[in-house]
Amino acid sequence: MFGFSFRQRKPSSAQTAKERLQILLAHERSSGGSNPDFLPLLQRDILEVVRRHMEIDSDAVDVKLERSDDLSSLEINIELPYAKQLKRA
Amino acid sequence: MSKVIVVTSGKGGVGKTTSSAAIGAGLAMRGHKTVVIDFDVGLRNLDMIMGCERRVVFDFINVIQGDAKLKQALIKDRRLENLHVLPTSQTRDKDALTTEGVKKVLDELREEFDYIVCDSPAGIERGAHLAMYYADEAVVVTNPEVSSVRDSDRVLGLLNSKTALAEKGDGSAVKAQLLLTRFDQNRSANGEMMSVEDVLEILAIPLLGIIPESTSVLKASNEGTPVSLDEKSPAGKAYMDAVGRLVGEQIEMRVNPGEQRRGFFQRLLGRTA
Repeated sequence: MFGFSFRQRKPSSAQTAKERLQILLAHERSSGGSNPDFLPLLQRDILEVVRRHMEIDSDAVDVKLERSDDLSSLEINIELPYAKQLKRA
Repeated sequence: MSKVIVVTSGKGGVGKTTSSAAIGAGLAMRGHKTVVIDFDVGLRNLDMIMGCERRVVFDFINVIQGDAKLKQALIKDRRLENLHVLPTSQTRDKDALTTEGVKKVLDELREEFDYIVCDSPAGIERGAHLAMYYADEAVVVTNPEVSSVRDSDRVLGLLNSKTALAEKGDGSAVKAQLLLTRFDQNRSANGEMMSVEDVLEILAIPLLGIIPESTSVLKASNEGTPVSLDEKSPAGKAYMDAVGRLVGEQIEMRVNPGEQRRGFFQRLLGRTA
């Protein structure tokens, strides 16, 4: 996936700096300066919903965020209590 | 035993974050499990300098306030196995840092890491105070310039009085060492810039390293790479030397470790930290 690129030349470090800032500031401005402060709340809500159906540990939720220029992805991993046993079976 | 090292200066813009990133990466390259913490609440920048700004989910303040677990907030570096970053909050203000909260997080980090590098904000207020409060050692980043040296002197006074070690009152002290950054050997030789000896005479602390003014520092910051990862850069080499001294090795002090072709750049100072 990273094997080829449409860019013809390696960008200068100044160009890299500008692009990094543009991506970062677009996110910071669009959230009105309130960066992903909703994430702790989101995590709490997810835990609560999942707990209605099964018992899970509060450590079992892992939230990851990856931002790029045209796409941000939020990755939520929930470790199920019997996952280890399932893998063995 | 783990060590908490504060990177501080008083004055802004002298290279604290650059140095924190470079020292953190250098320690990790040497195989020490290292975390670098950003104490500049509201003006987060360590994440950019270390190139992990797009991966910040939870931060130091979330952990202090119990909204996230420490391991959720720690960002693992993609280049170096042993390097982690604990970013700060971009939205809260510095009152979100509490003495108890900082202690709790540092105690937890001490169980897992060999070195905990605290990147202090400029100034001498809450963030800077708490960054140094629990430190075992301090790296005082100073430019060979009057206001920077003056502010470093002020910070040295605070290290000797307003830290947990100093407050024990049993003669314990934070071990402070000088990191002279943006040094220009030519200008110093011409008398346009204070010499290393001048600054050492005024501040009277051991010398950890001399980082030459170098174009590679801006390049590293543009790219989000700690400059110590740039093996060709004189500044990168100087940081690696400083890291070696920080872990207790005897490494001769070189002004411009990169410029080997030009002997006069290589003037040895005959001084060790």
